[in-house]
Amino acid sequence: MSVGTSVTRRDAQSKVTGQALYVDDYRLPNMWYGATVRSTVPHARIKNIHYSPNFDWSQVVICDYRDIPGRNLVALIYDDQPLLAESIVRHVGEPIVLVAAPSKELARKATRYVTIEYEELPAVLTIEESLARKQKLFGEDNIFKSYTITRGNVDEALASADIVVEGTYRVGHQEQLYIEPNGMIATVQADGTLLVQGSLQCPYYVHRALKELFELEDDKVVVIQNTTGGGFGGKEEFPSVVAGHAALLARKAGRPVKLVYDRSEDFIASTKRHPAIIRHRTGLTRDGRLIAAEIDLTFDGGAYCTLSPVVLSRGVIHALGPYNCPNVRISGRVVATNTPPNGAFRGFGVPQAAFAAEMQMERIAQVAGFSPVELRRKNMLREGDTTVTGQILNYSVGTAQVLDAAIEHSDYLNKLQIYRNQTGSKRRGIGLSLYYHGSGFTGSGEEKIKGRAAVEFDKEARIRILTGSTEIGQGTRTIFPQIVAEELGIDLAQIDFEESNTAKVPDSGPTVASRTCMVVGSVVQKAAAALKAELIRRIALSCSLPEEGVSYKRGIFYHQDQPLMTLTEAAARFCQHSPIRTEARYSSPPGIKWDDASYTGDAYPVYAYAADVVEVEVDMDTYEVKLISVLTVSDVGKAINPRLAEGQIEGGTVQALGYGLYEEVFWKDGHMLNTRLTNYIIPTALDIPDLETILIENPYPYGPFGAKGIGELPMDGGAPAAVAAIANATGAFITQLPATPERILEALCQSKHLSDSL
Amino acid sequence: MVRVKINGHEHVLQTEPLARLLDVLRETLGFTGTKEGCGEGECGACSVIIDGELVNSCLIPICQVDGCEILTVEGLAVDGELSLLQQCFVEYGATQCGICIPGMLMAAKALLDSNSCPTRNEIRAAIAGNLCRCTGYMKIVDAIEAAVAAKLEVK
Repeated sequence: MSVGTSVTRRDAQSKVTGQALYVDDYRLPNMWYGATVRSTVPHARIKNIHYSPNFDWSQVVICDYRDIPGRNLVALIYDDQPLLAESIVRHVGEPIVLVAAPSKELARKATRYVTIEYEELPAVLTIEESLARKQKLFGEDNIFKSYTITRGNVDEALASADIVVEGTYRVGHQEQLYIEPNGMIATVQADGTLLVQGSLQCPYYVHRALKELFELEDDKVVVIQNTTGGGFGGKEEFPSVVAGHAALLARKAGRPVKLVYDRSEDFIASTKRHPAIIRHRTGLTRDGRLIAAEIDLTFDGGAYCTLSPVVLSRGVIHALGPYNCPNVRISGRVVATNTPPNGAFRGFGVPQAAFAAEMQMERIAQVAGFSPVELRRKNMLREGDTTVTGQILNYSVGTAQVLDAAIEHSDYLNKLQIYRNQTGSKRRGIGLSLYYHGSGFTGSGEEKIKGRAAVEFDKEARIRILTGSTEIGQGTRTIFPQIVAEELGIDLAQIDFEESNTAKVPDSGPTVASRTCMVVGSVVQKAAAALKAELIRRIALSCSLPEEGVSYKRGIFYHQDQPLMTLTEAAARFCQHSPIRTEARYSSPPGIKWDDASYTGDAYPVYAYAADVVEVEVDMDTYEVKLISVLTVSDVGKAINPRLAEGQIEGGTVQALGYGLYEEVFWKDGHMLNTRLTNYIIPTALDIPDLETILIENPYPYGPFGAKGIGELPMDGGAPAAVAAIANATGAFITQLPATPERILEALCQSKHLSDSL
Repeated sequence: MVRVKINGHEHVLQTEPLARLLDVLRETLGFTGTKEGCGEGECGACSVIIDGELVNSCLIPICQVDGCEILTVEGLAVDGELSLLQQCFVEYGATQCGICIPGMLMAAKALLDSNSCPTRNEIRAAIAGNLCRCTGYMKIVDAIEAAVAAKLEVK
């Protein structure tokens, strides 16, 4: 048995010895170093670029947009983002000029001798300013994309509701903060092939962007992923920018160029989680059944579209939370501002939506006097129920299991009572969240991409997995071999994994959207099954037997019950001259229907579900919040490797707690102010208590051995649970993340002000 | 001229006195196991042990380590055999993306060298200067605790 066991990671040995090579660890012969001149204003016309005569420009290479042979854009959804600014800059940090030099120091020095002369334009820096159309940035209304989901008649239902509760929730930016900053090395080979290696999640995204920029054929661009020091979505689309810049410099310099950001530059230049304002109006019956939900979401996309429409779409679909409601209107839009473009980040629109949805449940419970558990239990989705998009949930709905386990293991109900009305200087509180996350791409996404994967079987009977899905720490290179070993009933040691190189592996679709294990894992499993079938076909043919009579089990082929040959013998017989390769493509599970026009149908093949219970202690003098315990119960379908699954959930939960309690980006005139690790605060080992992680296996029939996607799920529930715990401890109901001591004090002052005025 | 012993081997370096130890290790000597995450002593990815003390190598000018003994992640395994800490990191699933791991291992080693029986809280405090964005620290603390237990058992 391989699946379901916690085999050790394949890359662990190289990572604990320091032998794993990340992009900055490579030094190629004759390599130069790149640096970037960026906009220092949020919105302006470029009047002039001045190269100081006090610098010897002959020792470096300079590129601007005129050096781009193809179209000056980062190919993605709208093709609106230039690789290098031409006449207008739309955000602080926008790249304008690139420099390459024999040393990193010289390249950086050169950038200080470039002066950009601007004619400043009015800047739109907030969601409110964008909606008010202070300045036209995109189309007529500054809206990159909007979606509406309608079900039933929400106006009538609100009018007839016994209870109506309103709430407005705000969240700011969150930085991915992978510990390895973005970086790429580009080389132009003798035959003109452009080779780019570096830190990235999606080799084929970079491949496509480079093809367009340099007008090259498929096989003239090769993208290789080096060991990648964390991604979290931050290395989904953004690496195309870094790769394009490095490639531009390498072409002009005629030598390899390495472009690696330092931490501050990474903060300034790279994408972050979208800020959002989310309004809820919820109608309930007297006994606590949801009958109407009107939800309005506005996301700040920043200066360019990037992946914002898809982020918004996921946020809108998850906006209600995992609950039943017959009358729903969800309206969402993502707007343009003169701030750096926001992009993919683990959770992809759901952490914002889930914070609002779960705080709204807490508010309803508080206002109407319901138990937070009973309110959720009464309304949560169960098997056979219908979601806001009209999807009927036919299988693997773990809401009741995760909620019951979370309540029981945490002693939630008892503590919730005990912690009310404390008077001491240190007060404890407990908070709950229930949440879900769609696995794989939204709607018809997987059908459009049709991800591919292959296996190769060689004469030594070794099996090689070929996939574009990358290892970014989550365990791809460990779990795919487990899936293949299980499918073929063979030893893990017989299985190899091809490097992530676009010249060698098929496009499996990007490594994003909680899709690697469930979606690509199932394609890998299919490719292994196809290898089995191909070998049976060949054996039947060579032994003059009917195919139906030949079977395979655990490394041995049989004719009826008689062993015919082993896998090793089959390898020697059929693979002497070349390996056998079998490839598989994604196909939707039966019955999946989605309509893009009406935004109805099966939004995701399946959802993963989880509940968090967080216990805190608040210091009533300083309003500092100390985490006492954190419990996460997740319905993962099937844990291919339980220890790796726990690792994903623990890490995601801590990112979510950072989002909820500590992490905040401060802005002034379009500039990020806290661009250092001294002032952008993420959780340390001392901030986090021992985490309790419970896995529940509710198999999904079309995932590999029942597995669902869980990469993003744990990012969604930590913030609302922590904030609910603060409310339980102090009475402060926080509606804006992060819940810093300042916000707790503010909320307490407001509620005191309210009670004084009553 | 700076004389240092790195992972047991003597090196004599002709280098800019204010060059960062991190750059000398990585660029001049090729010890790329030591990583740069922030360049200002906050993330701990560049942690090394200098004469028994855990130090961020991005903050140390090379002239300051003249005559010192430095241990980097490359010096932990002996003749290809992983140290107990490294084995526990592998076994307990402490690594994900791995970029913080060399620094984490050095912090853990510095702790265990000075305290043979640390509590979980002491372990957490010892690695509090090493940021990890992947693991939530749980399995790293577990791994270090397991190394402590295994060491005590041997004794």
